[in-house]
Amino acid sequence: MTSIEARVLQPYKYGFETTIASDVVRAGLNEDIIRLISQKKGEPAFLLEWRLKAYRHWLTMSEPKWANITYGPIDYQAIHYYAAPRQEKSPESLSDVDPKLLDTFERLGIPLAEQKRLTGVAVDAVFDSVSVATTFREELSKYGIIFCSFSDAVREHPALVERWLGTVVPYTDNFFATLNSAVFTDGSFCYVPKGVRCPLELSTYFRINAKSTGQFERTLIVADEGSYVSYLEGCSAPMRDEHQLHAAVVELIALDDATIKYSTIQNWYPGDEQGRGGIYNFVTKRGKCTGKNSKISWTQVETGSAITWKYPGCILQGDNSIGEFYSVAVTNNRQQADTGTKMIHIGKNTRSTIVSKGISAGHGQNTYRGLVKILKGAEGARNYSQCDSMLIGDQCGAHTFPYIDVRNSTAIMEHEASTSKIGEDQIFYCKQRGLSAEDAVSMIVNGFCKEVFKELPMEFAVEAQNLLGISLEGSVG
Amino acid sequence: MADPLLEITDLHATAEGKEILRGVTLRVHAGEVHAIMGPNGSGKSTLAQVLAGHPAYTVTQGTVRYDGNDLLAMKPEERARAGAFLAFQYPVAIRGITNAYFLRSAVNAIRQHQGLEELDPLDFAQILETKLKAIGWDDSYLSRPVNEGFSGGEKKRNEILQLAVLEPRLAILDETDSGLDIDALKTVAEAVNKLRAPDRAFVVVTHYQRLLNYIVPDFVHVLADGRIVKSGGKALALELEEKGYDWLRPEAAIA
Repeated sequence: MTSIEARVLQPYKYGFETTIASDVVRAGLNEDIIRLISQKKGEPAFLLEWRLKAYRHWLTMSEPKWANITYGPIDYQAIHYYAAPRQEKSPESLSDVDPKLLDTFERLGIPLAEQKRLTGVAVDAVFDSVSVATTFREELSKYGIIFCSFSDAVREHPALVERWLGTVVPYTDNFFATLNSAVFTDGSFCYVPKGVRCPLELSTYFRINAKSTGQFERTLIVADEGSYVSYLEGCSAPMRDEHQLHAAVVELIALDDATIKYSTIQNWYPGDEQGRGGIYNFVTKRGKCTGKNSKISWTQVETGSAITWKYPGCILQGDNSIGEFYSVAVTNNRQQADTGTKMIHIGKNTRSTIVSKGISAGHGQNTYRGLVKILKGAEGARNYSQCDSMLIGDQCGAHTFPYIDVRNSTAIMEHEASTSKIGEDQIFYCKQRGLSAEDAVSMIVNGFCKEVFKELPMEFAVEAQNLLGISLEGSVG
Repeated sequence: MADPLLEITDLHATAEGKEILRGVTLRVHAGEVHAIMGPNGSGKSTLAQVLAGHPAYTVTQGTVRYDGNDLLAMKPEERARAGAFLAFQYPVAIRGITNAYFLRSAVNAIRQHQGLEELDPLDFAQILETKLKAIGWDDSYLSRPVNEGFSGGEKKRNEILQLAVLEPRLAILDETDSGLDIDALKTVAEAVNKLRAPDRAFVVVTHYQRLLNYIVPDFVHVLADGRIVKSGGKALALELEEKGYDWLRPEAAIA
């Protein structure tokens, strides 16, 4: 199996560090730190109040212990909650941005300069606690679409932020989401007005750079009636021996007849073979299909992080609304993932689809945890769930915890699950047709993930396949 | 006569420490069809797997020359790229990958080895069409995932389809007839017959004589207890059909 494992155990390519002067708030967490963050961002009073309420609530909570993961204690007082590259003044345009930052993103494959921009994709680039630049803002504003950093949204569209913030993930939601509500620093904000189909893929790229910091970003997307938006999220971090905490919150709101497609390629530093270092990724992502006939679709490819704890879910409130969750989670070396989704059916004729692919290699532990809940009023609700696990080698593990709670007898539920192992026989079969071991593994893993990859926007599908060491050429689609 | 394409000399091989092949010697020339027959457990499939380089088997003694080269020194993929093809007794499934994509990847791996340009999907589709026409099959397999959800017969047919597309110089058929009904057997045999060529050799491993009514061999060899105990023409197969294998066993014991 060594050749197979070697193929999956690829070195982390994004582990470089940017040397740049940073403005770092002293380590620790208390009300003064929160006031300082709020002040640095020039926030209105309502937001500071909200942060403080969250902090006070957080003090009453304790870390959740139910997930199938093990890790050492996190010292919340040792974390720096704010780190930003030092800038003379807030950049008005790209020419004001430190070239080192632009260079960093270019090395990550996210060119921000006008001539080099990715076509068809608008990018918000977040470096540690702040957004560095957002491309295509002007172009999008012609359609009435607001796409900017969360900080800019607070300054420029406070009413919108105040109206929607915390309406899907309230500040009391869970330990990590509550912590985020108290200390979140930046993230992306998007509002798509009535009847507008966003002409570009929107994207945020998150980069952790500074030492001993945590990243706590918050993303809020509102799709007004009849609108459509597709949003992509990517992330990476330098290789460090210490663990770093990432606790993000994403809230999506889809009004009548609106569709939001949210894709993630999570590639935080996973730690080394012995499990030293790596990001602790505790993330709360939830979408609310508030309106009738609305749709929220989550697609995630989770390859990074030492620990992944996330359950992007959908609250299907509007009648005929649709929730989807397509996931590929890879755990290698000592990585642990406990991930899945929650589909809460409230409205009539609501439908949800769950397709989860877990790949475990090395000593990786991969857990699918999903909840499908059909409430009393959800006449005619339907769910289809499929959970497939693939094992590479004999030291890894795959676990599945599907929870189903049905309170309306008209519901139709389907659940399928499988576990398979890449075997010598499969590899040998491919070799006997002339393929190398590497190509054979790529092909087998790629085929296994196909149902998820085909949900990704084109620009991301390629990146996802490369991440899994897959050369593809048209086998997806 | 030209040098043999495949020359096996005194081949011994073990699996999990147990000796299964105990001195196989066999010469196969281009253009010939050799049938390897024998009772269950005689080492027929092991011979096929060892020639293809399956990692579960260890060669402990003997040599195999293929086209003048040391076959045993080559990796499985190198053997395949050099034109040695094994039609598997139990073909494996590859989920999510279509037959067409799989075949194109295989053809391109071989072409790359030959220093030829890779084929794009359009060029390849044309070549596929020609190949399918040559064996008289339609394209209904191409868009299905490799062997996924295939019946036993479909899997065997799919092996022959791959053979037709990859155009090997040496084709080893490992119990291709097992699990086939008579109609499927005829279809597969007809396709194989169309693929017979002066520059291609076949080694057909089978338990039953039945297949050899349709794929008529030039030579028949009987394998028992890891050795070839009798060789002859196609008439030998009929004799085996009539008498079974037991009458050969004492001979195996003496040799």
